[in-house]
Amino acid sequence: MRCGDFKDTYVRDEAIFQSVFVKVWLALFLVCLLIFPFLANEYVLYIVNLIGIAIIGAHGLNLLTGFTGQISLGHAAFIGVGAYTSAILITRVGIPFWWSVPMAGIMSAFVGVIIGIPSLRIKGLYLAIATIAAQFIFEYVFMTWESMTRGIRGINVPDPELFGFRFDTERKFYFITLFFVVVGTLYARNLIRTRVGRAFIAIRDRDLAAELMGINLFRYKLTSFAISSFYAGVAGSLWVSFMNIVTPEHFPLSLSIEYLAMVIVGGLGSVLGSIYGAIFMVLVPEILRFGTDFIKDIPAFQHIFAPLREVVFGALIVFFLIFEPRGLAELWRRMKNFFLLWPFSY
Amino acid sequence: MEGREKYQLKIEDIHLSFGGLKALNGVTTGVRSGEIFSIIGPNGAGKTCLLNCINRFYHPEKGKTLFEGQDLSRLKAHKIASLGIARTFQNVELFGHMTVLDNIKLGAHIHMKSGSISGGIYYGKTRREEMALREHIEEEIIDLLEIEQIRKKTVHTLPYGLQKRVELARALAMRPKILLLDEPATGMNLEETEDIARFILDINEEWGVTIILIEHDMGVVMDISDRICVLDFGQKIAEGEPEEIRHNEHVIRAYLGEEDVTYSRLGA
Repeated sequence: MRCGDFKDTYVRDEAIFQSVFVKVWLALFLVCLLIFPFLANEYVLYIVNLIGIAIIGAHGLNLLTGFTGQISLGHAAFIGVGAYTSAILITRVGIPFWWSVPMAGIMSAFVGVIIGIPSLRIKGLYLAIATIAAQFIFEYVFMTWESMTRGIRGINVPDPELFGFRFDTERKFYFITLFFVVVGTLYARNLIRTRVGRAFIAIRDRDLAAELMGINLFRYKLTSFAISSFYAGVAGSLWVSFMNIVTPEHFPLSLSIEYLAMVIVGGLGSVLGSIYGAIFMVLVPEILRFGTDFIKDIPAFQHIFAPLREVVFGALIVFFLIFEPRGLAELWRRMKNFFLLWPFSY
Repeated sequence: MEGREKYQLKIEDIHLSFGGLKALNGVTTGVRSGEIFSIIGPNGAGKTCLLNCINRFYHPEKGKTLFEGQDLSRLKAHKIASLGIARTFQNVELFGHMTVLDNIKLGAHIHMKSGSISGGIYYGKTRREEMALREHIEEEIIDLLEIEQIRKKTVHTLPYGLQKRVELARALAMRPKILLLDEPATGMNLEETEDIARFILDINEEWGVTIILIEHDMGVVMDISDRICVLDFGQKIAEGEPEEIRHNEHVIRAYLGEEDVTYSRLGA
């Protein structure tokens, strides 16, 4: 129950974290996140790291698709560009991990802007097809530009270091991931409540009226592509240092689709939605793996065991699209509203 | 004859056609600074087309539009806003999934400075800018248009009358010099229409904004306009003060549809 919360200044009304109650909970949550790695085992931390990296990537795609309304099926390619940029900079040029992350972001942003140029003329499904082209071009480049990417042999990347401290385990890497997730989330949340973010949403909702407000459509669409790809580049860069290896087959079209599924299941046009979606898409297959382990022992189910997991996963996504089309973020919002007045329903 | 300085907005010999249909056929008119200028005419007369030409949504084949001496014909649509030309639409063109407050804030886009990096950090200047904007909107616009109780509502959940009011609020956030209103009172009941008329007068008098108004409610038009321009089949058939227009025989003929070769609907 947290009704009876009134604001007396515009500053308080504009705040992201609206009440002391929320701030306390958030602080507690952050403390839990910091203690968490010391309680969990390496396997759980491995999954959590993957979730964190997926969250960063999903933030990027949600800014582009959820907020600006530009569908992209080339997100995996942008992640790949970031991953390769980072790997090449670390191994060939000898730049430390910390510098390679923003540079990978900038490289991806640059590529994203070029791929985004058609967005001025084409929309919706047509743009999706145009961005698939990026996907195929970059998969091909990763595979065949052997002098740079070493083709299918891939590049081995060392662990990040800071003042002689090596982030060589999942537990240590967790803190890097957590840092980038928190920064990325705050940035996205702030961006969408200021001028540029509002322009993005305006373009999504009604581009003609947006132009009338003095919003330069071309510039803001490209800005959106740049920011989105920057996130992708950072995600790719983290991923490569976490996995210690990068090969071309890590960035297929299906990864792009998976990211699109994340933002749809989580909630298009919601910063929290990207987080929920990323958690869902990474965690559910793992849970299903445990959940279906027991039927492995039943002889009749042995052959359909592996596909069954995919089917259940797919069914879950369809279920969400039908019953909660606005994503997990909306579900969460309704739950909060319910408890706002609980136990009095009026 | 008429000095160019006399008019804030000057429309010279605008021709616009869609295929074989002549939407505007040599319209010439001018709007003086600080007046309420109404454009009336039967359906399909080209009133909205004229506004769209000023906004650069349509590109007329011939003719030019001058705003404070500056030719608008070569500008991109998004540049028009920064000159101080704001507009509302016949069918509300709001950003449906945003709140009323965010919609109004979007109107102030051209007056703000924060970019994609400073906006994401939201500290210092950006923060002060956002707060100043909020205060301006609350105290100048929301208060004027009496929409306090809906400021946090999502726009597409609001009734039509209120949406029109929000659209007006958004146009005001642009701090315009000239405001183009396309049928602001359509679909409203008597009380709401009176409210809108009162708002238009307030905006015109207190803010000193020039207003170009398209409206079918003749009561409103005759009451608040300083001058009226009448269009029929893409041509200007009359222009003058409400009293002159009321007794102009061309206007009466256009509205009542008397048998006349030039203006008969059968001939079109």
